[in-house]
Amino acid sequence: MASLDRVKVLVLGDSGVGKSSLVHLLCQNQVLGNPSWTVGCSVDVRVHDYKEGTPEEKTYYIELWDVGGSVGSASSVKSTRTVFYNSVNGIILVHDLTNKKSSQNLYRWSLEVLNRDSVPTGVLVMNGDYDQEKFADNQIPLLVIGTKLDQIHETKRHEVLTRTAFLAEDFNAEEINLDCTNPRYLAAGSSNAVKLSRFFDKVIEMRYFLRDGNQIPGFPDRKRFWGGTFKNLHYD
Amino acid sequence: MSFLIDSSIMITSQICFFGFGWLFFMRQLFKDYEVRQYVVQVIFSVTFAFSCTMFELIIFEILGVLNSILSIEQLISRVGVIGVTLMALLSGFGAVNCPYTYMSYFLRNVTDTDIIALERRLLQTMDMIISKKKRMAMARRTMFQKGEVQNKPSGFWGMIKSVTASAPGSENLTLIQQEVDALEELSRQLFLETVDLYATKERIEYSKTFKGKYFNFLGYFFSIYCVWKIFMATINIVFDRVGKTDPVTRGIEITVNYLGIQFDVKFWSQHISFILVGIIIVTSIRGLLITLTKFFYAISSSKSSNVIVLLLAQIMGMYFVSSVLLIRMSMPLEYRTIITEVLGELQFNFYHRWFDVIFLVSALSSILFLYLAHKQAPEKHMAP
Repeated sequence: MASLDRVKVLVLGDSGVGKSSLVHLLCQNQVLGNPSWTVGCSVDVRVHDYKEGTPEEKTYYIELWDVGGSVGSASSVKSTRTVFYNSVNGIILVHDLTNKKSSQNLYRWSLEVLNRDSVPTGVLVMNGDYDQEKFADNQIPLLVIGTKLDQIHETKRHEVLTRTAFLAEDFNAEEINLDCTNPRYLAAGSSNAVKLSRFFDKVIEMRYFLRDGNQIPGFPDRKRFWGGTFKNLHYD
Repeated sequence: MSFLIDSSIMITSQICFFGFGWLFFMRQLFKDYEVRQYVVQVIFSVTFAFSCTMFELIIFEILGVLNSILSIEQLISRVGVIGVTLMALLSGFGAVNCPYTYMSYFLRNVTDTDIIALERRLLQTMDMIISKKKRMAMARRTMFQKGEVQNKPSGFWGMIKSVTASAPGSENLTLIQQEVDALEELSRQLFLETVDLYATKERIEYSKTFKGKYFNFLGYFFSIYCVWKIFMATINIVFDRVGKTDPVTRGIEITVNYLGIQFDVKFWSQHISFILVGIIIVTSIRGLLITLTKFFYAISSSKSSNVIVLLLAQIMGMYFVSSVLLIRMSMPLEYRTIITEVLGELQFNFYHRWFDVIFLVSALSSILFLYLAHKQAPEKHMAP
């Protein structure tokens, strides 16, 4: 069992957006019956087939670390949370489609993780401003997931989805919008499931293959994401 | 004509307070949450505006500006009892907690090694949880692949079957699940302890700065004041005495009689009362808003924020009303008549006595509580 390789993915977002429900759905393919407050961090594991259907198929464990709390927490809570951010291979940013504040707070969440190395004393300094440079240099794959899709009325759906598309663009990430209480959004073969699978594949790639210097086979990603690294790969 | 001026002053001030309450709500309280229902915000601002109006009445009366037209006796007396009880409880706790927080004498010594050790334990626990969950995930996957789907057996024969034979995989799973639950509980405990240690460490660092030292100094003074207050409350109850004169008049009496300084009593007493009462009002509003904000941040979340804000608005209203009742004791005699007129024939002495009793009870139980909490905490962390 432990012989499979492991990959660590953080699940971040405001209180009450549905991270625990999402993680439960991803790992156990079941809807979470009694969601309750996450104190500290709760972890769950998903078994993922990398490059499913190809001869290079390999199974990995993906650890989903669901970190509880809000961006406005006391600094002692934030300092404690940083201990969970070590050696992260991927980040899933979760926001609530019915709550605009939770989408805006995603910037602060991502900065909290990406800035953790530059503050050894554990006191975080954040100005909350969106910094394009930070995300361009970022090597950690991101995925943006919007929850509570069923609670958005039909007429407002277009407006909300446009807004989230911009959000995902800012993070150089794919986005998925779903309802955590309904497994059909992640049914096998649906576009959401494909995006999810691609995200996990990307995370595994970054963790295990990029370090060896191997060429990454054609990734259907925007050039912007790779930034500097793209140039390195090109002269092979 | 004067009625028109009075009412226009009242209305403008109401609008100002309403606006301030609205802004406070948006910028401070709800800065991390989204306002879904504007009703909540309106109710909060209206309560705030009415509460501030009470204070306004006092100020204007001292200045001799307004001719009051309101009389709300019945309501005030009921709200007053609850409010005074609440105030006395909070004051009692505050009188004890404030020195405890400000003075660094009480800070436990926390070193970096303590924190690192605790963090390591936390991560180890997380790793153990992960390895167990991996086993469970793999077991579920193999069972799924082998076609042993976990659906509940239905029907009569199904029930018989489930009694005799149960898949060995599922038994294992429940066992591991129990272990995982216990480990998760442990990880939560460790997380909370680590947060506690970080908070203490920050307080230690803060106490070394200038601001921290200043507050430490204040803490000593404040603790003397609190002890004095507790003492006075005991005396009041034991000797059944209620404060008849206010500090201002007493101060003036002392200066005139013992120090022999002659000055225009009437003029100065008005100004000094105004300043004193003004300071009390401003600091108590400010203190209340800051405490409300801290409390709100600590216990609210995106789901319960509306309910909590409404609750806090109610508490704020009661607090302000009872402050007015109690401020009366700090004011000279001629100004008390107006409050009596507005608030009606209330038994003010009763309120003062009630305040003293509750204050004493609250202060003593806070001392006991903090003593126990302080004693218990070091044993948790220093154990190897």
